[in-house]
Amino acid sequence: MTVLKRQKRTESQYMKLLTVNQKGLYCKQADVYLDPWKPVDTALISHGHSDHMRWGMKNYICQEQTVPILNLRIGAENNVRAVAYNDPFEINGVKISFHPAGHIIGSSQIRLEYEGEVWVFTGDYKIVSDGVSQPYELVKCDHFITESTFGLPIYNFPDPHEIYEDINTFWRKNVALGYNTVLLGYSLGKAQNILAHLDQSIGDIYLHGAVANTNEALATIGYDFPGVRITPENDRSKIKGAVIVAPPSASDTPWLRKMTPYKIAMCSGWMQLRGARRRRGVDKGFPLSDHCDWQQLNQAVQDTGAKHVYVTHGYENNFSKWVSEEYGIKSSIFKTLYNDEEEEVSE
Amino acid sequence: MRDFVKLFEEIDGTTKTNQKIQAIVDYLQVAREEDKVFAIAVLTGNKPSRPAKTTDLRLWASELANIPLWLFEESYYIVGDLAESLSLILPKTSAEADYSLEQIITEVVRLKKVTVEEQKEVITGYWNHLSGTSLFVFNKLMTGNFRVGVSSKIVVKALAKYLDKDEAVIEHRLIGKWDPFTETMASLFESNLAEDKHFLPYPFYLAYALEGDPNDLGDLSEWVVEPKLDGIRGQLIVRQNDLFVWSRGEDLMTEKFPEFAKLNQILPDGTVIDGEVIPWKDGHALDFNVMQTRIGRKNLSAKILQEAPLVMVCYDLLEWNGEDIRTKPLYERRALLKAILETYPLDNILILSEHKQFANWEEAKAFRENARVHFAEGLMLKRADSPYEVGRKRGNWYKWKTEPMSIDGVLIYAQSGSGRRANLFTDYTFAVWDQEQLVPFTKAYSGLTDKELITIDNWIKRNTIDKFGPVRSVKPELVFELAFEGINLSTRHKSGVALRFPRILRWRKDKLAKDANTKEDLLDLIKQKP
Repeated sequence: MTVLKRQKRTESQYMKLLTVNQKGLYCKQADVYLDPWKPVDTALISHGHSDHMRWGMKNYICQEQTVPILNLRIGAENNVRAVAYNDPFEINGVKISFHPAGHIIGSSQIRLEYEGEVWVFTGDYKIVSDGVSQPYELVKCDHFITESTFGLPIYNFPDPHEIYEDINTFWRKNVALGYNTVLLGYSLGKAQNILAHLDQSIGDIYLHGAVANTNEALATIGYDFPGVRITPENDRSKIKGAVIVAPPSASDTPWLRKMTPYKIAMCSGWMQLRGARRRRGVDKGFPLSDHCDWQQLNQAVQDTGAKHVYVTHGYENNFSKWVSEEYGIKSSIFKTLYNDEEEEVSE
Repeated sequence: MRDFVKLFEEIDGTTKTNQKIQAIVDYLQVAREEDKVFAIAVLTGNKPSRPAKTTDLRLWASELANIPLWLFEESYYIVGDLAESLSLILPKTSAEADYSLEQIITEVVRLKKVTVEEQKEVITGYWNHLSGTSLFVFNKLMTGNFRVGVSSKIVVKALAKYLDKDEAVIEHRLIGKWDPFTETMASLFESNLAEDKHFLPYPFYLAYALEGDPNDLGDLSEWVVEPKLDGIRGQLIVRQNDLFVWSRGEDLMTEKFPEFAKLNQILPDGTVIDGEVIPWKDGHALDFNVMQTRIGRKNLSAKILQEAPLVMVCYDLLEWNGEDIRTKPLYERRALLKAILETYPLDNILILSEHKQFANWEEAKAFRENARVHFAEGLMLKRADSPYEVGRKRGNWYKWKTEPMSIDGVLIYAQSGSGRRANLFTDYTFAVWDQEQLVPFTKAYSGLTDKELITIDNWIKRNTIDKFGPVRSVKPELVFELAFEGINLSTRHKSGVALRFPRILRWRKDKLAKDANTKEDLLDLIKQKP
């Protein structure tokens, strides 16, 4: 009996390539952390949102298109190692590679392989393409660590092309009524997603400083998004029938009031719910999300062929229970400190 | 129903009154004639009750969506609205159909009387043919809690515009609980009221709160100043030898007040009086608490009638000898009212509201500050030459309530709200100190801005000590000033008191938990009552 017990413990302790500790998701074999929330020696970064890419790491390893974001937000330059998608490298026998996650520009799923077993950490992801970030790549694995931001069956987003059309229609209608159109979306990711699909024939596009900064950083690696930065020198009276893309934190600020008269819309998956829409106090809510909805999460879990699923930030309890009941896949919860940037009030 | 759904979306998508009015007018211009009365009924809150059990609705929707019931319940908890939850999880339809509003509402009423099996078949049948907002509106009607973001005032304005009639006329005709199945647009708006609808009250004239200084109202002698009473505002009608008592909420409450039963024998036909129904003994009003022992009871025992005897304190006379006299000046109506109350043997069941004689506004102010001592909750100020208007209007009548009582309490429990506040902790329980212990004494929901709610919601999530079902107990740290209109002993809360109209006045960020009030302070407030 004693022998058996010891064997069991050995299994749980040494077979898991990735575990969660106080600093983050940890791979002991390679001595690296994935998106850690406390300072560590080596951090593999899935993407540039602030809850995944934090300040204070000795070394950062991220996808090459995340580098300008890192420079913008953290300012680290010497200690960053940029890797390309699908270009594996090894640390102490662990084969590591980055794969497109479709969430934002540079966003990656991180694949770790050791002694024939494959782990995939999704970071944040979506399967539906937004036409801007590199489209999600299906990575087969044994252990799948997935986010669950929208992991409830009430979140089934419309086709994004319908939403882009609705946004342009909203803008067009506002122009006709003599209003500016304010579109609120996170400055990294959502803003570019919106900008890429605005019909520029409708009117002028203006940008909040946070969005303009991000666009400029992305311009250094060849991206070109439309829009003019709003500065104190701008003649505000000339901003008429225009679209203004701003982060959610800009709502209800004196800065925004200067754009009056305007109609304001929030672009976020949370806008799927009426209560969230009304609480925001916006004229309109577009359920445009950079995360998987319920369908996509289910599709990902099934398609990866994983035999063990670990659910992180979101509705982790419910989604994990659902996965094990519905698919008979072993499922557990990884308690992380990632949150959802779409709901963040300030950046 | 598509036209009605479009109307709902337009109302839902704007906060501007004029756009809402225009949306209703646009709807009325294109809608089927038969649908219009149903739309008006639904828009003014006159809607059929829920035909099916909500547990059944949840079960059927989960089946169709292929999810276990527990997952539906978890989702519902997040959405906070049953109809919306149903709409969001139901599979997308591939065969959308349109139904008339009349058909849907007829179905809602009919489904009440059929078997569960038939309910399931009919409801899932509709689900398979509806999507988006249509599905949401259908589910709202099916769950019996359909609300639209329009006041009846907005509906009245739209109808007045559409029918090219006076708003007051429309308001009068929409009063009470009318039946959309028996009414038509013509019977509602074109019939002869005096002959066909003698039971209908006049729309109540409601006062705004006085915000500025009363000295700005001009000379005190131009005003009728009355104690503001805390009973039930009502309208007493004697017509065609029948008696009707309507509440301000437009409920017919005749049966609830047997004290008034014989008035149709005493007062002549064509008499309508506006006043306050209130328990009264020894020449003054009793606490609202006493009234509450009567309201809602089916059988009024002799004991209750004796402990809480009701009178109507009469403010105004709206109709006399069958003539609508609302446009005559208040002093004339009041004089006539006084004469009537003195002439007929009313046995002190109808009492004239007191016209307080103050030498100046300062005296009135002093009375108002101590109104509770005088069994009142403040003063009513009415311009002596004012007509009896319709609805809430500014300028001629004001209510001038005494300052609410207030107390500082510590937030100890929180629960998430519903609807707009779903998934946000916005329903709070507050406590005061009883020696070293915090004892809960009230719940409060309103009074904070959305920004404050979000901040506090965040704080609650980070400072939860324990969870009991939907309720969280939190660190006793945040202090709020709570206002209320009345206080009484009660066994409902551990503190032993119950408040009337509690609300949050402000978040006292300057105070620590130890600075909050005590149970003694609450009991003192009760002792101070007359």
